[in-house]
Amino acid sequence: MTLLTPAAGNAGLLLLADSRVPSGGHVHSGGVEALVDRGLLRDVEDLTLFLAARIRTTALVTASLTAAANTAAANTAAANTAAANTAAANTAANTAANTAANPVSGKWSYETTCHSRGWSCWDAAVEVRTPVAALREASRAQGVALLRTALLAWPQDSGVRALAELGRPHQPLVLGAASAAAGATPAQAAVLAVHHLVGGAATAAVRLLGLDPLRVAAVQAGLAPLVDETAARAASAAELAVHADDPDLLPADATPLPEIMAELHHASEVTLFAS
Amino acid sequence: MHLDHAKFDYAPLPAGPRRGFRIGIGGPVGGGKTALVAALCAQLRDELSVVVVTNDIYTEEDAEFLRRHAVLPDDRIRAVRTGCCPHTAIRDDITANLAAVEELVEAHDPELVLVESGGDNLTATFSYGLIDAQIFVVDVAGGDKVPRKGGPGVIRSDLLVINKVDLAPLVGADLEVMRTDAERVRDGRPTLFTSIRNQPEVPEVVRWVREKRAALVGTG
Repeated sequence: MTLLTPAAGNAGLLLLADSRVPSGGHVHSGGVEALVDRGLLRDVEDLTLFLAARIRTTALVTASLTAAANTAAANTAAANTAAANTAAANTAANTAANTAANPVSGKWSYETTCHSRGWSCWDAAVEVRTPVAALREASRAQGVALLRTALLAWPQDSGVRALAELGRPHQPLVLGAASAAAGATPAQAAVLAVHHLVGGAATAAVRLLGLDPLRVAAVQAGLAPLVDETAARAASAAELAVHADDPDLLPADATPLPEIMAELHHASEVTLFAS
Repeated sequence: MHLDHAKFDYAPLPAGPRRGFRIGIGGPVGGGKTALVAALCAQLRDELSVVVVTNDIYTEEDAEFLRRHAVLPDDRIRAVRTGCCPHTAIRDDITANLAAVEELVEAHDPELVLVESGGDNLTATFSYGLIDAQIFVVDVAGGDKVPRKGGPGVIRSDLLVINKVDLAPLVGADLEVMRTDAERVRDGRPTLFTSIRNQPEVPEVVRWVREKRAALVGTG
């Protein structure tokens, strides 16, 4: 593993922050369409309030999961590098990589530590924090989409590769692992997660309501301090949880109305966005 | 290092043992994309295993049309929602479509995959990360200036289909002008004139599909 230079991670971070990178995100409105359809979100003021609430709740949770995944992925990569360095031959390195890449084997038990269960443990942490089935599916669909890009972008990254073993991992895990592969820190990964949640909802509101995109950009700029503060909280919680090897320490806040709406949205026939 | 997982082979798009030939069908709203998909299904379903992915702008209208007309069993048709951006879903972020194609490939191992875009404008084209070849469908009622105006769909598509030629006299469209303009901008790529309503067998388009598929995957 090469040493990080002072600027390392910035370009990779920006790449992952760019909505032009294929991630499946453009077909999701972050709950906006369901509210717009019911007249519950009508203008820039409504959007501002909605985003502020989502940042403090759902985004905090997503960001903490993303930051935790970033750390876990970096740990996997570091462990693999250590194994590779100590191994005398390539075959030994492959064995170590395969062992690290295959954490899902075995039955779950209270005795098994989160660490030994690897990604499945953190995947379960996302699952349990996403009480609505429609949103669990939305998360997995976007996870698969971003994983598709990440596997091509960072084909050698052991964190990303190990995550692929899950089949359909949740989106925060993929974003976390991809950000680690790109050289981003857990704190940067947390900002990235909130950024996407806010950006996805904001652009959906522009498309659905014809809001002034300049004003919406201004709203996002105004919310930036809250985004940063929330991401910092998320990163702290993630650090604690990963260190203690206990996902239960991650936040579990939610906004019940948009989540119930997500289920109604999923069931309704006339929608532009998948969620 | 060897990545051993059973479910997904993320990239490139797995084709299945039979290497399904993937065709994108794009073009403006109302040109006849869905009618062409239905026609191709009806003509080819007995000789090839066919599946369809639709990209509706709104609802599952196109998928419903295909189901209603029973051109294929329901489980061979998937609808992708495109979040107000049908061109993004087929060009810039193809991941939702890749997932839909993958599910159909896994379930049916098809020989022909038709991906129909949502009706968009003359600039909307498919990424070749999603499809092997693309058909761009316009109609004469859009005006005989369309080929001259060009745009990536008209110019670069592997096949340009100009549909509803039966309406040409009614809308004052000059088919010769359209033919000449298309030839001029398309650099040798083929253009076909159709009236899917009057001749739903679309024999020339079917022949083109067979030839393209044979060229890519062989006839076996």
